[in-house]
Amino acid sequence: MSIDLSRFHAGFFEESLEGLAVMEAGLLALEDGSADGETLHAIFRAAHSIKGGAGSFGFTRISQATHHLETLLDELRSGHREADASVLRVLYQSLDGVRAMIAAAQAGEPMPEAQIQAFEAALKAVLDPSATVKADSAVAPGARAESTSTGWNISFAPSSALLSTGNEPLLLMQALSELGTLSGEVHIPDDLHLPDLAPDDCRLSWRLRLETAANEAAVRDIFAWVEDCCVLTLSPIPDRVETPQPVTLTAKTQQVPPTAAADADHADPQSPARLPTASIRVGVDKVDVLINLVGELVITQAMLQQASSELDPAMFERLYAGLAQLERNTRALQASVLAVRMLPVGTVFSRFPRLVRDLADKFGKKVRLVLDGEGTELDKGMIERITDPLTHLLRNALDHGLETPAERLAAGKPEEGRLKLSARHASGAIVLEIEDDGRGLNRDRIVARALERGVISQPPATPAEIDQLIFEPGFSTAETVTDVSGRGVGMDVVRKNVLALGGRIDLSTTPGQGTRITVRLPLTLAILDGMSIAVGDEVFIVPIASVLESFLPGPEHLPPLGGNQCLVKVRERYLPLIRLSERFGLPSGVDGPGIAVVVEADGRRLALMVDALVGQQQVVIKSLEQNYQTVPGIAGATILGDGRVALILDVAQLASESALAVAA
Amino acid sequence: MPRILAVDDSPSMRQMVSFTLSSAGYEVTEAEDGAVALNKARGDRFDLVLADVNMPNLDGISLIKALRDLPDYRYTPMLMLTTEAGDGKKQEGRAAGATGWIVKPFNPEQLLATLKRVLPA
Repeated sequence: MSIDLSRFHAGFFEESLEGLAVMEAGLLALEDGSADGETLHAIFRAAHSIKGGAGSFGFTRISQATHHLETLLDELRSGHREADASVLRVLYQSLDGVRAMIAAAQAGEPMPEAQIQAFEAALKAVLDPSATVKADSAVAPGARAESTSTGWNISFAPSSALLSTGNEPLLLMQALSELGTLSGEVHIPDDLHLPDLAPDDCRLSWRLRLETAANEAAVRDIFAWVEDCCVLTLSPIPDRVETPQPVTLTAKTQQVPPTAAADADHADPQSPARLPTASIRVGVDKVDVLINLVGELVITQAMLQQASSELDPAMFERLYAGLAQLERNTRALQASVLAVRMLPVGTVFSRFPRLVRDLADKFGKKVRLVLDGEGTELDKGMIERITDPLTHLLRNALDHGLETPAERLAAGKPEEGRLKLSARHASGAIVLEIEDDGRGLNRDRIVARALERGVISQPPATPAEIDQLIFEPGFSTAETVTDVSGRGVGMDVVRKNVLALGGRIDLSTTPGQGTRITVRLPLTLAILDGMSIAVGDEVFIVPIASVLESFLPGPEHLPPLGGNQCLVKVRERYLPLIRLSERFGLPSGVDGPGIAVVVEADGRRLALMVDALVGQQQVVIKSLEQNYQTVPGIAGATILGDGRVALILDVAQLASESALAVAA
Repeated sequence: MPRILAVDDSPSMRQMVSFTLSSAGYEVTEAEDGAVALNKARGDRFDLVLADVNMPNLDGISLIKALRDLPDYRYTPMLMLTTEAGDGKKQEGRAAGATGWIVKPFNPEQLLATLKRVLPA
């Protein structure tokens, strides 16, 4: 997170000028002898505050220059030095220098370097030179220990004082795990007698293995607060990965004896072997190769199953049993491999509290963001691509959904609005919901605007259809550029993005009570829930997410329009109709009209005329572009259980074709 | 939502700390010196105390020592905000019962990262 500190600058300048005035008055009092014991403390505190504030608010030069001033004042305060005339002169000179720096910073002008260097030199001249040496040597420990090991073996045994200072071993471990991969074990003393144990007596100790590129200083820094109340030893993990060829065997024998010797008091021969297994890092491309191979394996398995179905189960009992086992194992393998790419959706959610806070600030609203189900896992690629749509949905909810505090109070609602973002698994899909308790959609206004913008020519019949209008291209007027989330986009873009992920988006709203937007996504981009349909001898796959309904069209659905009929009437609404047999130049396998499948993409509905519905199945998506070339109307391909290739329809493309055809 | 008592005699530092922490979702109570802080802490319970070291009336280290003696604050994490990179003040603070320290100057990111070491997420 990054916070713009400039909002605090004015306060800092004001305070610093006040502090300088206090210092000046104090110096005058010192000079004329009217100073008391508190005077020097007050002067020191003022200098100290300026230095601290300057550093924190990014005025590094001011902070540097006041450092020596503070040192000198500290010596005066502690009685190590007399405030004689020469010292006072330097202090006045420094005071003027600091005032000039503050003025320059306030005006946004460059620092008065000549003046600064003059008073810095004067300060250094009066100061004990050992002070600067000490400051320099303090930097040294961090610079050493540039070891290039693969990590650190850490032994950590806190004393009882650790808990009584408010430190917490668990949080130390968390801090360590942020440096790399942490594994290890806790040692519980054998003589632990719980009834006698004091609550702040920490009797546990840990042996940890941290795989990290961080150096010793970085690791020790985590224990900086507790180094005086624990026994801590760090030793580099022997670097095994970099060593060439003859390796694996020697590495094993190398590793065990030293560890075992070092931990003789723990006497657990099992532990060295257990430690290294915690996790490994692999490239995403390697995982994708695995996923692809498993996809092939699933297809091969389905082919074998299909082929075996012609055999007599009684004669080939063992083959059948083996194939059944193969199927189970293949499915389990597929699930495990896909799980490797899964990440908790919390990785996206975690950025929203700040966003919501800033937006609420911008829009003058009060809101509490509730997150739920952050642990729900989703494919890595999906997570990256769902971030933008979610951001826009939250932004919309805050901007349009929630009312201002005054409006909410007037409506009898709590002043603070509630925005809930949740994730959960539901039947092989992940469901993300954004729910607000705001004003809900104003359907009259939506209809009016849709008519005005030419999105529709007559008002829709049902409230649900009205609600859908906000997803129509051309409906949104969001053109405002904000500095918070960039250019606001319309809901049509959000829906397009969700559909591109094979998902769907739904909305339900109760006027005056709030709106809930539900985004349903497949768990992964590698597998698609499809409906297989037959046209002639070919099988096509339609993504389930885009299928609305299917029916056997009768004469009432196919009004006699003459010529090449391209419309079908569904519940008083005309939809473009595409006969897949014509579209792909295939002979139709049936005499009658076939079955109409109503699909939706990009907010457009259309009906596909097919010969038959075959069934519903999960298919592994194969890219047609990579293996052949781009074909309009086809999104990809898959291999069916019987070894045939089935093409996956690009519903969005077909929908835009049909829109053109209808318009023409 | 963890509640934090932020003590600093500089209003702008207090503002910055308070703004940073409340942006991150913490509930912040401010105090302008150790004495005010001790009073506020007595009538309340905070999950964390952040105290500047150099303050009028009651300095940060005396504040931490006084709080540590109260039963309610026996195990409460208390961090001191110090400009000194050396060991002197840190050791003094540790002896008074401070959990740890944050060296000034710090920026909001550093502050939040440090808090993660004393407050469970």
